[in-house]
Amino acid sequence: MPVFNLNINNKVYKITAEADMPLVWAIRDLANLKGTKFGCGMAQCGACTVHLDGQPIRSCQMPLSALSKKAKITTIEGIAEPTLHAVQKAWIEEQVPQCGYCQSGQIMSAVALLKTNKNPNDEEILAAMEGNLCRCGTYQRINQAIKNASKML
Amino acid sequence: MKNNRREFIKNLGLTGIGLSIGIDGFSKNVALKKLTAATLALEINPFIIIENTGKITLVNSRPDMGQGSTQAVPSLLAEELEVSLDQVSIIQSDGRSKYGSQQSGGSSSVRGLWMPLRQAGAAAKEMLIKAAAEKWGVNAADCYAEAGKIFLKGSQKSVTYGEVADLASTYQVPKNPKLKDPKDFKIIGKYNKRLDVPDRVSGKAIYGIDAEIPGMVYAKVVHSPRIHDSIASIDDATARKVVGVLDVIKIERAMPHTKVDAVAVIAQNQWAALKGAKALTVNWKSESGKYLNQNTSEYFEAAYTAAKKPGIRAEEKGDFDAHFESAGTKLEAIYETPFLAHAAIESENATVHVKDDGSVEVWAPIQGPDGALSQVAQYLGVPEEKVKINVTLLGGSFGRKAYMDFLNEACDISRKIKKPVKVLWTKEDDIAQGPYRPAMLSRMQGVIENGRAKAFHHQAIGESIAGQVFNGLRPNTADDWLSGELSQENHQYNFEVNKVSYSRVKTSIPVVWWRSVYASNFGWGQECFIDEMAHEAKKDPLEFRLGLLKNAPRFTKVLNLLAEKADYKTPLPAGKAKGIAVFRSFDSISAACVFVSKTDNGIKIDKVVSVIDCGMFVNPDNVKAQTEGNIIMGIQAATKGGITFENNQCVQSNYHDYQVLRNSETPKMEIHIVENYERPGGVGEPGLPPIAPALGNAIFNLTGKRERKLPLGV
Ligand code: FES
Ligand code: FES
Repeated sequence: MPVFNLNINNKVYKITAEADMPLVWAIRDLANLKGTKFGCGMAQCGACTVHLDGQPIRSCQMPLSALSKKAKITTIEGIAEPTLHAVQKAWIEEQVPQCGYCQSGQIMSAVALLKTNKNPNDEEILAAMEGNLCRCGTYQRINQAIKNASKML
Repeated sequence: MKNNRREFIKNLGLTGIGLSIGIDGFSKNVALKKLTAATLALEINPFIIIENTGKITLVNSRPDMGQGSTQAVPSLLAEELEVSLDQVSIIQSDGRSKYGSQQSGGSSSVRGLWMPLRQAGAAAKEMLIKAAAEKWGVNAADCYAEAGKIFLKGSQKSVTYGEVADLASTYQVPKNPKLKDPKDFKIIGKYNKRLDVPDRVSGKAIYGIDAEIPGMVYAKVVHSPRIHDSIASIDDATARKVVGVLDVIKIERAMPHTKVDAVAVIAQNQWAALKGAKALTVNWKSESGKYLNQNTSEYFEAAYTAAKKPGIRAEEKGDFDAHFESAGTKLEAIYETPFLAHAAIESENATVHVKDDGSVEVWAPIQGPDGALSQVAQYLGVPEEKVKINVTLLGGSFGRKAYMDFLNEACDISRKIKKPVKVLWTKEDDIAQGPYRPAMLSRMQGVIENGRAKAFHHQAIGESIAGQVFNGLRPNTADDWLSGELSQENHQYNFEVNKVSYSRVKTSIPVVWWRSVYASNFGWGQECFIDEMAHEAKKDPLEFRLGLLKNAPRFTKVLNLLAEKADYKTPLPAGKAKGIAVFRSFDSISAACVFVSKTDNGIKIDKVVSVIDCGMFVNPDNVKAQTEGNIIMGIQAATKGGITFENNQCVQSNYHDYQVLRNSETPKMEIHIVENYERPGGVGEPGLPPIAPALGNAIFNLTGKRERKLPLGV
């Protein structure tokens, strides 16, 4: 079986897996980083959102074979170092999560947005967050928390 | 104290001996019945564990699926015990009967546990105070408790709870401990951040899907598309060649009321299991004898036929039919709601280890550990003492994870392969396998006399959850659970003549409760029809309701607050409109005002103002959060397509064709809470039922067209 040296959160994981394994399973089951979630498996819900070289991607759609050798992956566990990211602090302040299952993905999308756009307006927030479903319905708080976080950055 | 205290502490893996106390004996209600505080009785049990090391542990007996029970339930204990939640550890109960009913459901946690857990906290506090007084040789009346310590009034003296826990544990538990006056509450009713939130934003929170057991394998269960079919043959040659696939076995999906065939692909990792399942060919033998109205078209046809005939009377004040026959001004309309899937982002999953020694351990996101305990014991034929249930957090549930067919699947696989196994359903299984909220009709009839509503009849038509899932409905009887939602006692409109009837329409499409259960169906018919009657009587819908609710002060207050906060009396410009609705469910009253406007692409929902009277509550911010969630889910239920079955199988398969609300579809939401000292009502569900009818009424006010069938075109 192929071996992949995956750089996840600046640590190299030696992953032995089939080349068509989507990144989400390598992260969750082989690197044992459980913060990234699995929802729909078809790019509909965003629960599996991670960063690939700083860009938000749906890790359920990214086979290991498609990753370049230099690929840098960041998961929810990777933005928290050493303390909480401003987005996470804003999420706590706004008491965003209900069940919280979607929130790793929501936060990864929000972090990516604020990296390229320090002060997004409403439309820009909606455009960036449209791919992340929250069945509990926390959207109003998510959008408020993004605005609050943008002020903290 | 019961003498199993030491053993209990040992079981929890705690160190030291101390005081453990709790209160149990509450009736073993499941979501089928309404909980009433009056039936709760006192008994000792371990909800509070105070170790002599000083560590305090509180037990949350209601699994947290996002509704906030991790905070709400221990708050009831902490308030009376005089500790703050950041001083204690919180653990989840394991299903043992000493914790009483542990089912999260029916919005019952706070309203059901309100008295027993406060009494548990107060009793423990009295015992600790008594112990401190004995230690100091003073009167208990001269001591008081605060922040985990006992103080001697007028002195510097204090001891921690841990220091006197041993002594306290030798006393009788007081039967009637003095409870605090709600006006003195420090935690209950106050804004407090939920302490579990940091873990939920940092990827540390553990959900069912995250369970990881040494030696565990992964399974993907392949289900019959037509649900009830049996296996004719399995061609697993290709599947077995998939790298990582370990085995392919025939298993069963045991639902509460029926068992069906299924196939499990067992693999070294989740991906291999999924891939193996794709490579598998199962030839299903059609079990057409088991299909009953298993196409939605057949089901609705049967329902509309039933609507032409009288239902079974559930309640009647006056002779409705006589009034309707002879009435001058009468209205009649049929309202329709579809089947709905719960579609939590975390799909059904369970990890089970049936061990060689006959014991069983379970890790799963389930709504009721007590139900899981007895279900697993029964299913596997092992004594309950040999079963250990570990409840994880639930990544959403909305009723689905109280129906534990997926747990049985994991049990069946583990016993067959003799290994710990994690079963994870895909979203396709979740959407296409059910169970669903049943689709329903409301046949509404009303009589207007001299501009007043005189007579009202709600005929509920559709499948009964009690009937299908629990086989608990005798022929020719009304489903009380369902008709209770429609009773005059519940809606409080003072019609002179009022009737509720029910016609069951059976189906083999699996059904179960879905957030707010039947209220999510029947709020639609009831509250749109009230508007229809108001328009017929030439009255404003708010005034019309207030006129019917003269003897219902809490309803009146809710509606008046809604009118004020929504600025109801101020007319809107052309192209904009609003609509209202009110519905009581789970002992809480909720009303909504939905604002809509015409746009180039149709109708847009601009804003929702919601008011809830849930009596006393734990955390106002969580009441708001739950109501926001109810608005979002209520809009989905009203505007997105439901579940349909064609060729005896589900048409939808994932979020692309079973849509839930997205971020950009979120209207502005404002939530207002009525503050009072009434007995607590539910919070997790009551905000939902008024949403669809308030929207339907708004659309009528915007377009002049009365929509009676969901989903609405928005
Ligand atoms: S799991 Fe990847 S987008 Fe839903
Ligand atoms: S918080 Fe539950 S799905 Fe978003």
